[in-house]
Amino acid sequence: MDLSSSQHGAYHLITVKAARIDAAAAIAFKEALRSATSGGTDDVLLDLGQVAFIDSSGLGAIVSAIKMVGPDRRVELACLTPDVEKVFRLTRMNSIFRLHSDLNDTALGQTG
Amino acid sequence: MTIAPAQSAKVFELVASPAGIRVGLSEIRIHLRETGLSDCRCGTTEIVLAEALNNIAEHAYEDCGVGDIAVAITLDNVGILIEFTDSGAPLPGLSPPAGNPPVLDAPSGDLPEGGYGWFLIRKLTTKLAYTRQNGQNFLRLRMNLRGAQHAPGRTFGAWSR
Repeated sequence: MDLSSSQHGAYHLITVKAARIDAAAAIAFKEALRSATSGGTDDVLLDLGQVAFIDSSGLGAIVSAIKMVGPDRRVELACLTPDVEKVFRLTRMNSIFRLHSDLNDTALGQTG
Repeated sequence: MTIAPAQSAKVFELVASPAGIRVGLSEIRIHLRETGLSDCRCGTTEIVLAEALNNIAEHAYEDCGVGDIAVAITLDNVGILIEFTDSGAPLPGLSPPAGNPPVLDAPSGDLPEGGYGWFLIRKLTTKLAYTRQNGQNFLRLRMNLRGAQHAPGRTFGAWSR
């Protein structure tokens, strides 16, 4: 599971370079996410623009990111593709994660 | 976008492993696109398929990675009938889970990471029936893909809802 990290404003931007976060990939994704986020202090912005599909395993793995970073760091999501956004809406996870349509969204960095 | 008229079922044979399920989902999606189903509706169908298949692999076949799942797809003017057949262990209580929505008003550290699968299946299907016979599980799901609340005409025998 390929994740790349960079700085994006005040965020630690993590770009997921996989087409699917599903039952086949969820464990590897969680492990890669744990490595990428450990020791960090910035809020995390997860770029899912390359992810065409997630199932409930993938959703659970993304939820686990919130626990990984701890209560003092936010996890926000960007660039959700239609089928991925569908899963977040249906499960009401869009009320848990702030979703950004793209990486230039003016809502980025706002805590309100 | 017109959906193809009622046709006989197309059957896909899948290996009950995460990799086998990926292959099967890809083949089924190609088939659905070929029938003229929109990308959006293909995506919604794939979510239901993935959740049902994952459940069969994880619970009926206890994650051992071997075992076959047959998936029969039948499209009609209103939606899609999906019939899963496997030879794994029965559903506990011979009854599909209610799929209640996971509770989200918890501190962030306590958010559930599971329990979304059956919720998604229940949310996206209009009919669901499970039976077991001769050591095989039969799960039948119906999805409306035209936005209609109820599919007129066709009935599918005994449904659980």
